[in-house]
Amino acid sequence: MGLKSRVRWRQVKEKCIAQFFQWNGILAIVVLFGIFSLLLLEGIPAVKALGLKEFLFSDHWDPTSPERESYGILALLVSTFMVSFGALVITIPIGIATAAYLAEVAPPRIRELVKPMIEILAGIPSVVVGFLGILVVGPVITRLFHVSHGLTALNGAVLLAVMALPTIISISEDAIVSVPHEFKQASLALGATRWQTLTQVTLPAAASGIFASVMLGMGRAIGETMTVLMACGNAPSMPRGYLDSIQTMTATIAIELGETVQGDIHYRSLFVIGFLLFVMTFVVNLISDLVLEKYRRMWQR
Amino acid sequence: MTRARRKVQEWIGFASLYFAVLIVVSILGFILYDIIARGYKVISWEFLTQAPRRGMTEGGIWPAIVGTFWVSVVTVFFSVPIGMFSAIYLVEYAEQGRLVRFIRLAIRNLSGVPSIVYGLFGFALFTLTLNLGLSVLSSGLTLALLTLPCTITASEEALKTVPMSYREGALALGATKWQAIRTNVLPYALPGMLTGTILSLARAAGETAPLLFTGVAFFLPSIPKFPHLLFEQYMALPYHLFIMSTQHHEIVKVRPLAYGTAFVLILLVVLMNGTAIWIRYRFRRKYKRG
Repeated sequence: MGLKSRVRWRQVKEKCIAQFFQWNGILAIVVLFGIFSLLLLEGIPAVKALGLKEFLFSDHWDPTSPERESYGILALLVSTFMVSFGALVITIPIGIATAAYLAEVAPPRIRELVKPMIEILAGIPSVVVGFLGILVVGPVITRLFHVSHGLTALNGAVLLAVMALPTIISISEDAIVSVPHEFKQASLALGATRWQTLTQVTLPAAASGIFASVMLGMGRAIGETMTVLMACGNAPSMPRGYLDSIQTMTATIAIELGETVQGDIHYRSLFVIGFLLFVMTFVVNLISDLVLEKYRRMWQR
Repeated sequence: MTRARRKVQEWIGFASLYFAVLIVVSILGFILYDIIARGYKVISWEFLTQAPRRGMTEGGIWPAIVGTFWVSVVTVFFSVPIGMFSAIYLVEYAEQGRLVRFIRLAIRNLSGVPSIVYGLFGFALFTLTLNLGLSVLSSGLTLALLTLPCTITASEEALKTVPMSYREGALALGATKWQAIRTNVLPYALPGMLTGTILSLARAAGETAPLLFTGVAFFLPSIPKFPHLLFEQYMALPYHLFIMSTQHHEIVKVRPLAYGTAFVLILLVVLMNGTAIWIRYRFRRKYKRG
């Protein structure tokens, strides 16, 4: 082989290798689009057969009723939002306070100790959290509120708060750390205490990043399956309060897909629920993504 | 506000921050303590190496350990190479532009897709359309998709820590781009990429929802031989825990066994995550100095 053809061969080889890596990169887009379209394709016949109105605005979910099957997902939707909202109410103050502590107050040694602990917490399997929800949180709720059993929306909210905590802490901490030092120094130089600087300068400056972390935490809460499946009692009717048993969208899929016949309305309606979950988490993630992007650019100037 | 009042305000404020951290740390502490304290009593050689007996009220969890092991192996087998390759594209080859923006957007959104939705997708694609049935393979592939964002991100981070000068040195000596990456980047990024592998292993071992419709079984005491078992249903640790704590007809009687299962699961996951965190920590420090 002459030198020229060897060089040529090398160029072709390099090109192929680069192409190969690019295909792997593009795969992420393919998978995301694949999930979207498959859920849509499997779900559309159900929506066509039942009508979107019945689906979204009827609160009666009883696909296996012997008289008349009904497929209203409103109660499931409300349940999902209820536990997620409850989880956020619990987790936001704790999460932001922890993030503020780690970013601004903690000595390096404590930070290096606590941050891995938060990562470990993020890695605890949801089924273990659900298990403790049944055995620990449930009985506590029964005793505190004098209800017949603890498998309620409140239980789910507490567990989801734990599950969302690591996300909110780590993203908020990033946001707080990236607030420019000049801001804090200016505030301290004007005679503000460290507390005043934190609450009136640093946290407001990091607000959009913290907001993004809350959105991400909400996305996690909406999509969590095993904890709410185990700890919320699975009663697919409209919840009246946090001490009611509820059944979320995720739990409905988990419970019912195994009982359906492939291709029938019930089967397809579960794919519609999956599609809605996909869209909801997609929107939540997209918002937090855009906000974070803007936030990063804000301090780059 | 007087100075004294500001001091008090600051003190109360910081105290509430400490309190929040204390809550977070004690949540973790409580979870670990409760599972370990009640679970370790059940652990015995028999519990770890035997199949469940008498309607799962006695015996051990060996088939579930084996099932979880093989599902995780399949997951890593698919997820890690693809994740590494995409990371190489994003860090080494890609030029900033619309495509890369879309890929990054897709990765971030994939990591937010609920695990049950991955389960639906895996069921429709692998189990039904590709006809892999209810099997270790279907579940492993589903989990491979689920862990992909995590392996990509970990590999990217590993590649980024290798200093630019390593690449430039090779390129200046006339190496092609791929030669430079192969000889001067990958060997140094590999330990960091290992964290991605371990993290996705840990994820795969602990996830339950994607397994529900792709092949996990209630009770399957006998384990097929290696290549066949990939195409068969299996038992898995997290699902076993789910069954033992919600579906079993003698729920109180099997509670200790459930705690034992949770103990093994937690131990596996925490050890793996801990190792990954430790490797990453060492890796970062090494390049900060040099």
